[in-house]
Amino acid sequence: MSRLPRVSAADGLGQTIGRVVPEGVDVSHGPILYLEDITVSFDGFKALNKLTLTVDAGELRCVIGPNGAGKTTMMDVITGKTQPDAGSAFFGQTIDLTRLSEAEIAQAGIGRKFQKPTVFENHTVFENLELAMKMDKRVWASVRARLNTEQSDRIAQTLDQIQLTAEADRLAGVLSHGQKQWLEIGMLLMQEPKLLLLDEPVAGMTDEETERTGELFTALAGKHSVVVVEHDMEFIGRIANQVTVLHEGSVLAEGPMHKIKNDDRVIEVYLGR
Amino acid sequence: MRSHDLPVLLASQREPLFGPKGWTALLAFMLAVAIVVPVLFVLVPASSPFHLSAYFVTLVGKIMCYCVVAVAMNLIWGYTGILSLGHGLFFALGGYAFGMYLMRMIGREGQYQSDLPDFMVFLDWKAYPWYWSFTDHFWYSAMMVVLAPGLVAFVFGYFAFRSRIKGVYFSIITQALTFAFMLLFFRNNTGFGGNNGFTDFKRILGFRIAEPGTRAALFIITGLYLSAAIVLSRAILRSKLGRVLTAIRDSESRLMFSGYNTLWYKLFIWTLSAVMCGLAGALYVPQVGIINPSEMSPGNSIEVAIWVAVGGRGTVLGPVVGAALVNGAKSFFTQSFPEYWLFFLGLLFILVTLFLPKGVVGIVSVLRRSNHARAAGARREEEART
Repeated sequence: MSRLPRVSAADGLGQTIGRVVPEGVDVSHGPILYLEDITVSFDGFKALNKLTLTVDAGELRCVIGPNGAGKTTMMDVITGKTQPDAGSAFFGQTIDLTRLSEAEIAQAGIGRKFQKPTVFENHTVFENLELAMKMDKRVWASVRARLNTEQSDRIAQTLDQIQLTAEADRLAGVLSHGQKQWLEIGMLLMQEPKLLLLDEPVAGMTDEETERTGELFTALAGKHSVVVVEHDMEFIGRIANQVTVLHEGSVLAEGPMHKIKNDDRVIEVYLGR
Repeated sequence: MRSHDLPVLLASQREPLFGPKGWTALLAFMLAVAIVVPVLFVLVPASSPFHLSAYFVTLVGKIMCYCVVAVAMNLIWGYTGILSLGHGLFFALGGYAFGMYLMRMIGREGQYQSDLPDFMVFLDWKAYPWYWSFTDHFWYSAMMVVLAPGLVAFVFGYFAFRSRIKGVYFSIITQALTFAFMLLFFRNNTGFGGNNGFTDFKRILGFRIAEPGTRAALFIITGLYLSAAIVLSRAILRSKLGRVLTAIRDSESRLMFSGYNTLWYKLFIWTLSAVMCGLAGALYVPQVGIINPSEMSPGNSIEVAIWVAVGGRGTVLGPVVGAALVNGAKSFFTQSFPEYWLFFLGLLFILVTLFLPKGVVGIVSVLRRSNHARAAGARREEEART
């Protein structure tokens, strides 16, 4: 594990059982995420074809594209679930995402929300947030972990933010669909990520919930960089400043929403359908 | 876990069977058993109706060892969701490691009155093979009881978990592992007594094994060990470690994307579970008086999974109850109706799977909930009347 810059402060056994935490992300040149010529093929089918994409620090970026355009595969590459066949993926200037595991990437500061809300259904809402909280996540640290006041306060604060304070002691499995989506977003916030990847975050939400979610994301941009994959064009129009259109594994168009809407190629492959 | 199981499991696994008072009472009861049984066995004369036979003491001691195995199995299967069908191997490895010491302690009292164990004389071996070195030292053997199953589990687990082998594939490989070890130990030239294994033990730390006092001491140690295993299992479930483990069971990928390297968690609990089984095996061998490769047969490991399923997996006490019930029934059946035991075991497993998805301890929480409902109903009536 010598490739990683620094070992986090931890005691004895913790250093041997478990893993090291990468140092903070270097965004001194502006962009927080660089994808260059990423190619991923499954049995000859190119899910991503020389995809090149840059996301600036503090930006809120929306990614759209028809089914099979490679949106989810792109997320898989960024979060370490899928190894690209070619190309490079960097988080900031220094962190090579293709060489890290899912857990290491998450610790480096990339949080991911799945398309289907994924929470720990047998754990309470409070425990879900506790598990996600940014802290030493190695085995020995978990054996000895006790919540301190500061940590409990952070959880209470997030509960408030996602409006689940009243449900704190209920099992996540009994929440409504929208509440699960919010809980998962809350878990991401507890991770204190630099970059948030959100796969269809408002799918299955009521109009009111969608609106609240949009407000939350707009508030997050600036402090965090956010990449949203969405189908809901109205929602994207409301929150995005930059939109990237994917088609057949590469970038078809990029720019502000009003330009994208009038781009002939985009209309042909996606909007026009 | 299939999602439609969730509502059933949700309540039972989260609802503790006992409060703090109940736990204190349970532990007090276990300590009382660990003391009263040996007293009735050693100090009460055989003519008294309160006297307990050596057979009974050995049987209960043996079942307590199985209970520890069930507790250990529950750590990896019930909490973490990884079904091992090879836990009999770790039990047997611990048993063999301690059996080597017991064999050395026979001294010249064997059939052939040689310094070597009878099976080595029979094979015409002139000296102990290198891996029998130091096994005449108690503490060395005690260390091997921990190290042998621990190392096998650690190395096997590291490669299996690193390759992300999951679900039924992992279960099948653990079956293959225990089967492979069984074949290895069946060979006479492996140096562990072939299909006869180790038996005819005479002494342990200088005490004669057949003495009631020695048997009573082994019984007490086993009782304390089982109590400690239960306390440990409960402490794990209530710690953050336990919450991470159950999160691995329910949604491992979510946990990885939250920054947990699940490999080390799985490896930790897997190795701990194996070591617990090894220690149980080491206590089992001197009480039962024999260890042979049939302990590693795939069927034995599957039986462990049945104990846990019958008792209630994922609960602290379920596995203990399951192991005690099934093994109690087994000793009854194999004495009274030996030919029906396997039918009964199969029937029990089917019935529990169909009607008691939460195991036997699940009945308690169902009863308690209907009690609550009845009490609530009575309260409402009361209010309506006033």
